[in-house]
Amino acid sequence: MVLELQKPRPIWQIMFSTHHTDVGLLYLISSLAFLFLGGTLALAIRAELFLPGAQIIADAMTFNRMFTVHGTTLIFLFIIPFASAVGNYFVPIMVRYKDMAYPKLNAIAFWMIPPAGALIWLGFADFTWYATPPYSIISAPGPAADMWIFGLKILGISSVLGAINFIVTILKCKHPDMSIGQVPLLAWSFLSSSLIILVAIPTFAAALLMLLTDRLGVSGFFNPALGGDPIAYAHLFWFTFHPEVYVLVIPAIGMMYEIIPRFSRKPIFSYGSGVFAFVLLSIVGFSSWAHHMYATGMSFTEKTVFMVGTLAAVPASAMHVFNFLATMWNGRIRFSTPMMWAVGGIALFFSAGAGGVVNSAMPLDFSTHDTYWVVGHFHLFVMGTIAFGSIGYLYYMFPYVTGRMYNEAMGKIHFILSFVGTVLVFFTQHVLGLYGMPRRIFDYPPIPEWIAMNQIASVGAMIIGVSMAVFLANMIHSSAKGTPTDTDDPFGLGGKYYYPFEARNPHH
Amino acid sequence: MGHHSNWPEWIYIGVVIALMTWVGAEAWEVERIVEHVPADAKVIKVVGQQWFWSFEHEDGTTEIGELHVEAGKAYKFEIESTDVIHSFNIHDYVVLMDAVPGRVNTVWFAPDKAGEHDIQCREYCGLIHYNMRGKLIVEDPLS
Repeated sequence: MVLELQKPRPIWQIMFSTHHTDVGLLYLISSLAFLFLGGTLALAIRAELFLPGAQIIADAMTFNRMFTVHGTTLIFLFIIPFASAVGNYFVPIMVRYKDMAYPKLNAIAFWMIPPAGALIWLGFADFTWYATPPYSIISAPGPAADMWIFGLKILGISSVLGAINFIVTILKCKHPDMSIGQVPLLAWSFLSSSLIILVAIPTFAAALLMLLTDRLGVSGFFNPALGGDPIAYAHLFWFTFHPEVYVLVIPAIGMMYEIIPRFSRKPIFSYGSGVFAFVLLSIVGFSSWAHHMYATGMSFTEKTVFMVGTLAAVPASAMHVFNFLATMWNGRIRFSTPMMWAVGGIALFFSAGAGGVVNSAMPLDFSTHDTYWVVGHFHLFVMGTIAFGSIGYLYYMFPYVTGRMYNEAMGKIHFILSFVGTVLVFFTQHVLGLYGMPRRIFDYPPIPEWIAMNQIASVGAMIIGVSMAVFLANMIHSSAKGTPTDTDDPFGLGGKYYYPFEARNPHH
Repeated sequence: MGHHSNWPEWIYIGVVIALMTWVGAEAWEVERIVEHVPADAKVIKVVGQQWFWSFEHEDGTTEIGELHVEAGKAYKFEIESTDVIHSFNIHDYVVLMDAVPGRVNTVWFAPDKAGEHDIQCREYCGLIHYNMRGKLIVEDPLS
């Protein structure tokens, strides 16, 4: 039995364990801690922008440091480790193996995260999560910038180690009776995203080293004063981080593939198209990186190539949406908390994708690029799709991890407030972008439309903040005092619909 | 799985691909037209630096923070930076182009009527990025 909290053990037993569910639990707790830390920064940013003029943040430099650490934290210390938590818990069970392929490597990959998080938070750099040169080379204050670089370096290595582990576990350790075509879609999502990591991350790892030596003054790769080219950094960065967007979103889609069929009490409409769309996304994800760079002075031909590469990813994402809706069609749907999060996530995924088509169209991008439109757009992915899928899955796995049930009413309140808040913040930010407000600004002129839109967004953010307080209270209270539950079918779906079924890996 | 037909999904994917093809073709056509700089466009040199914009007209006159142009004429901006990357933006006329040190990027526009518009920086460039703003003043050539 792998009911971590029902059978209490001393904390050091979990910390020094290499068992996949223990490492999963560590990933889970640390990622949620960083979710709340990064979210707190978001609330401060929204409070600051409620009105023109300085509100609660003393100066622009502090503000710039806050949005940098907010973005870095939620992408690298919440979303990716959260996916690793889910993967650690379920991938070995899904491929019917006793643990991850390399348990010690698995623990090492996790234990690289706390020092990296400490470097990022203690440094508190200001050069945005994109670390644009030459600003990051000649202007950004150290040692914050250098600490950020080392933090990201460590996180990159941790990601690569985790990716190798998932790939070997799925391809080499799956039960001999199981063909690759029988591996559940959640495991397929980890296989796809891990392959993307292996191809994408080394490029940024190289760019980070070049950035560091540029900062030290011993090289000039991205420094025009020494004959370098900052646009080269943009290519290296986005070659890693556009595919990285799919690394973030694919596991969340995989989590929805667990939730939607079970709570619709129907098989997935098309397993094959799910696999096909994952594989297709992980390939075409590499053909679109420079759509982030239309305004850097690219030629018409280059822009056209990357626009086509970007639009090519749309049918693959659309296949997932179709698959979800067709699975729900005529199903006996039960709207428990995980299902509400998954369905809300699909709706926001569709909205995010539709906005993305606008950005990819060359002439329209010059209206939206580097405005709040883009902020709203990618937050509909990272919050609306990825965090929604992840939080839905957290509720789904809660009885499995704790042996107890969370409070269903609080779970639903959490969803409704978060959904309303997300729409208020990020749909409004799209409009704000069309009015021309740039990203990453500490203060703005008193243009009436800007003030109105910022205030709606700030109110929405506070609603999300309240919902997250409900979430935290629910998680803490229910894991200690929640009703003990039947772990074979905690949601009353009929036994065969709850995944983790009988397979539970004993500690070894 | 496997025992039902998938044709609705294929029709749907066909529709999505058709839509994306249409979006791409339209965007390609519009961008091709807007990138064509008129031959009589006057050149204005734009320099971005932390944290203000300066301009130099063809006749050698320079301006800082303010740019005066005439309605009904075409202008081509040659944009540079002396320190870090900035992004030259006149949102009302959808003028947006990065000012990259070591490069000269160009973009053009033709203001159609007299008025005042905001100029701003749209790429993060440090401490006062939020206030790296200017004014575009479009004048009536007759007055």
